[in-house]
This record gives sequence, structure tokens and C-alpha cells, in this order.
Amino acid sequence: MSDSIIEVKGLSKKYILSHEGQEKYTALRDVITNKVKKLVNTQQNLKAPSQEEFWALKDVEFSIKQGDRVGIIGRNGAGKSTLLKILSRITEPTSGSIKIKGRVASLLEVGTGFHPELTGRENIFLNGAILGMSRHEIRSKFDEIVDFAEVERFLDTPVKRYSSGMYVRLAFAIAAHLEPEILIVDEVLAVGDAQFQKKCLGKMEDVSKVGGRTVLFVSHNMGTILQLCNTSILLNQGQIEQIGKTSSIVETYYQSNSSKTLFKVNDKSEVFIKNIITCDENGFQKEYFAFKDNIVIRINIGINKFSSIQQIAICLLKRDKKRVFTVGKLLSNFYKSDQSEITLDFMIDGGLIAPSEYSFLIALNNKSGSITFDWHEDICPIKIYDDGTDRAFEEGYDYGCIIIKENWNKIKYEKIY
Amino acid sequence: MEDSKELIIEAGKAEKNYWSDIYRFRELFFILSWRDLKVRYKQTVIGALWSIIRPLLTMVVFTVVFSKVANLPSEGTAPYAILVYAAMLPWQFFSNALTESSGSLIGNANLISKVYFPRMIIPASAVITSLVDFAISFVILIALMIGYHYTPDIKILLLPFFIILCFFSAFGIGLYLTALNVKYRDFRYIIPFIVQFGLYISPVGFSSNVVPEKWRLLYCLNPMVGVIDGFRWCILGETDLYVPGFILSTSITFIFLALGIWYFRKMEKSFADNI
Repeated sequence: MSDSIIEVKGLSKKYILSHEGQEKYTALRDVITNKVKKLVNTQQNLKAPSQEEFWALKDVEFSIKQGDRVGIIGRNGAGKSTLLKILSRITEPTSGSIKIKGRVASLLEVGTGFHPELTGRENIFLNGAILGMSRHEIRSKFDEIVDFAEVERFLDTPVKRYSSGMYVRLAFAIAAHLEPEILIVDEVLAVGDAQFQKKCLGKMEDVSKVGGRTVLFVSHNMGTILQLCNTSILLNQGQIEQIGKTSSIVETYYQSNSSKTLFKVNDKSEVFIKNIITCDENGFQKEYFAFKDNIVIRINIGINKFSSIQQIAICLLKRDKKRVFTVGKLLSNFYKSDQSEITLDFMIDGGLIAPSEYSFLIALNNKSGSITFDWHEDICPIKIYDDGTDRAFEEGYDYGCIIIKENWNKIKYEKIY
Repeated sequence: MEDSKELIIEAGKAEKNYWSDIYRFRELFFILSWRDLKVRYKQTVIGALWSIIRPLLTMVVFTVVFSKVANLPSEGTAPYAILVYAAMLPWQFFSNALTESSGSLIGNANLISKVYFPRMIIPASAVITSLVDFAISFVILIALMIGYHYTPDIKILLLPFFIILCFFSAFGIGLYLTALNVKYRDFRYIIPFIVQFGLYISPVGFSSNVVPEKWRLLYCLNPMVGVIDGFRWCILGETDLYVPGFILSTSITFIFLALGIWYFRKMEKSFADNI
């Protein structure tokens, strides 16, 4: 026997897309009328088939070892949720097989199975039972669950009055204390606050490292995936694109997402920008950078007329257009009067700019700013993703623009003079 | 992890451990019915009294209409009110159970599309919920008997058997209808009709003895005829059970049950995709 806890072979799932009916469900009336129509038009067969097959998953194969923490990555519609639904037996595959050893608990959506009218206490028992816990088991874990969810004051309040954060906390707490051999978590933590997310991720890490349990985790937060998962699966249009170490999978995922930016050339002025790209040190164009990567912005400048006052300025902009930093240099440092174009690289050292989305402002002007030759704001959008910084758990929150080395010291004397 | 069994999920194959899963989730039957009961009477004024008022009022109306207006005979010496109520009990149970269970899958769509557990638990727990109403309504029967100074026959001890029979007939038909309801939502219009129609073709307001002899066997094709006759036989004990009809009714009940389970199991796999 192998040590894999989940073995998936040739897994496919087909859905039928019906283009005719917009209704969500079939009505008996339609079925009958269609049958009658068919009987009448057996020879003519007027209509082309209005149905289309859609393979949400196609020939997916992988195996997961016990204690692995597996991230499942992919764009919307890549088949992540379908895969999890099949693994948790909600829906049946069209073909292929899965071998699972042990109990599976899935946390697919916030508070599924909670009844809004029931109190927190009642819902713990209800939800526990739905997930397959016995009453005895729930009772023995009850305090732990309440403690973890931090809802003790609201235990006897109907959950319809809970905040969405409390809702998720309680839901997660129940699922996490189920002690399943396999825990499936689909993108649910986005609702809780940063502190609770951290706690959940910590719990998941705990569950797998200490308890030797397997965690399957779907998220669009790459930082979280990098932090939590040791291996990852990249899905693309229902097929596995890559399986392997999380860091390399995340890299692949980002590269496949790149897109070129449109750019208007303004070639009438003295100096103008012909093209700008962002790339790595080797000139390989990319828009997604890991936190520790160096970021190079490569600017191609066209020159109509030489002058010694021409200056280039580069600003890094946050999403809200606030400037993170500005740098500038006189162009006369780089070229002589007979050149018609030059290309400059500016490198931002990796390990400084906090993971988030940024864009650039590139300006060609004179030193005082009274003359502007060319001006491009909010171009070359880049994304810096978290590859496991200390702040990874707070991904998506505004904790600042830079990450600095943390130097903490406890001082011997408690007083500050 | 010693107790963890290997589970194999394959296309088109009924899992072997379906029934053992039902056993594993056995507490869910009661927790879901407990939830339904708890929720049903939230924000109501008289709460559980509804389970008493409805059959009681229907009984009064039926007694007046069938006994006083239509002048139909009772069975032996039994007061007409008790004759009606003895049938009203299983009928209310049946109609509630059928209505609740046939809408149960749609009502729990969020669970079905998000969590796995044997789906059969949902309609079953809906029937169990109705059983609780049945128990509450039963109190009225006892009150009626005391009021009329009517002593039931010793055969009343056999009543649990007929309660189970009623359970199965509601559950079997309910399974079939709830599975159909997932696919064809027309059934939510059909069900109230079945229930209303059934009330008149079942011997609720009258004794099935008033049905002419030559139609009697045909009449027993209705599974509820067997259940209601059985109830009256136990509670009133005034006339003998019409055995061929009873056997026919009971067989129909079990045929429906088998069909219901078979169809439900067949459709179960695609519930999450269709709901």
C-alpha cells in the first residue's frame, strides 16, 4: 500500500450547457412539449442540438500524501471548486476514480447549514451533525469551539444577528475541530479579519503539522498559499497545468496571467517615451514579481532635440495613485547629442516594496518642473506578491508600502527615562 | 487513523457504504427534525397548538357534514367524532409528511450543494418531524375518548404497527416526489392538489364500509385506505378488518416505498448539479 491518502485517476466532470432554456430548472411542461415535438418532427429533425458539453475537469490525475498541505490554484473557472466538490462527494464525477482514506470535512462556504433562526449553541450541534460529528464528540469539543470562535457572549443569540465575521469564525471553528483526516477549505477566510485569518491559518498548519492531517486549500491569496502549503496544483481550464513545490507553481501562475499594456507614443516633443516595460534583471518581461525579486523598469526614450535640462522622473504609485517614492536623473548623464534614442533601466531592489499592486508615473521634464516633455501616469501596472513574508497573513490589508527588517529588543529595565 | 476506511469514488457506481453512512449520520435524522420543529414555532404566538387546532377543527367540520348533513352511519356504537378523528390522525400525518418531505430537498438546497451526507436523511427527517405533530394530535384523541366515555378496544396496542405503515406510505411517495421536485419544479403545484384530492378519496370523513362491496377492492388501491382502516380497527374495534383490501393497500405502500428508494438513489447523484 502506498502512503498516499488521496489518489485521483483520470477524473473528469462534464456539465451540459443548455443554450435554449434560460431557466435554472426544467419544467415538466417543457419536457412533455419537447417530446411531442420530437414525435411530430421525427423525419425533419429541424433543430440543431442546442446543448453543449462543458468539461469542468478533464483527466485530472494526482496523489496527495498524508500530512501534505496542498494549495489549489487557478483562475476563475479553472475547475478548483468542481474538484473540491467531487472530493467531498457533493457531486459525482463523470468518469475516473478517487481513492480516499479517512474522513473528509469540507468548509466550502461560510456557515453552510447554519440556520439563521437558531442560536449559536444550537447551530454548533446542527452543523457538527451535518459534518458528521456525533453529539458526544461535539459536546467534548464544545468549549474549544466556542473559545476558538470567540463567540461565548453570543452563544444564545440567533445567528441571524451575528456579524459576518462571527459567522465565519464559528463555521471555521466547527469544521476545524472535527478532526478529519482531510480538511478541505475553499476560499472562506476572506471574510474574517486579519487576526482571525491568522488564527485559522495557524490552526490549519497545526492540524497538519502536529496532527499529521491533510489540508486542501483553495485561495486566490498567493501569499497565504505560499505560507501554508508545501505543494500546489495549478489548474487551467479543467486540466492540471503543473504540480509541484508551491513557490514554483505560484510563479507559473503569475506568468500565465501577464498582459501587455497599451501605450500612446507622443513623438512630437523634444524627448518622448517610446516604450516602457517591466522585467527581471535578465530583461525577461514580467508584471508579477515575488517580494524578494528585483524589479527592473526599462524605458525606451526617443530624442528629437538635445538639451541639457531634460530630466527623467520615475514614481512608483500605489493603487490610490499616492506616490511611494520618486527618483530622477538628468538625461544628459546618459546620452550625447547625436543619438536618436536611448534605453534606460531602473532597478528597484527586491525585499523592500510591500506586496500589493502598483503602477508607475514616468515623466520627462526640466528640473524645476516648469516644462513637461512627456508624461505617463498610471502605466505599467505590476503586482508584487507575497512569497512568505512576516506580513503574509495580512495580505490584502493596507499595512504600508514597504516591509522593513524587524528589529525588536526587550530592554532589561522596564522604565523609560 | 486506525478506523479510517478507504473510500472509492467512481463514476456511476453506487457506493457500497451508503447504508453504513446512513448509520454513521443517524443522529442527523433527529437533529434535522429538531431544527425544523424549533424553527417552525419561532415567531408564532400559539406555537405547537397549531398541531391540535388544525385536526380538531377539520374533525368538527367533517363530523357535521358527513354525520349530520349527509347522514352517513358510524361503525357500530362509536361516536362519529371519534370515527372521524381516528382517520384524521393518520391522514394529517400522511399529508403533512408528504408535503414536508416532497419540498424538503429544495428547502435544503444550500446543504445539498455544499456538504455531503446521505441525502435520504432529509426527506426522512421531514417525515419524523410530522411524527411529532402526530404525537401532539394524539392527545386530542385521548381527550375525545374521555369526553365520550368511550373505551377503546385492546387492539389499540397494535396501533404502532399502523403508524409505521403510515410512515412508510408517506416516506415512499415523499421520496419519489422530492426527487422529482429537484428536477421538475412543477411538482410543487401538484403536491397540494394530491393532498387535497386524497382527503376526499380516502375514508376520512366516512367509514370505508359505506363503499359498495363491488368497488371495495378497487378502493383499496389507495394506500391510505389500508392505513385508515387499520387505525379504525385498532382504535374503535367495532368492525372486522377487510383483509384482502388491507393486504392490497399494504402491498401498494411497499411498492411505492421500493420505487421511491430506487428512484431517489438513482437521482441522488445529480441533486447537487440540478438543484
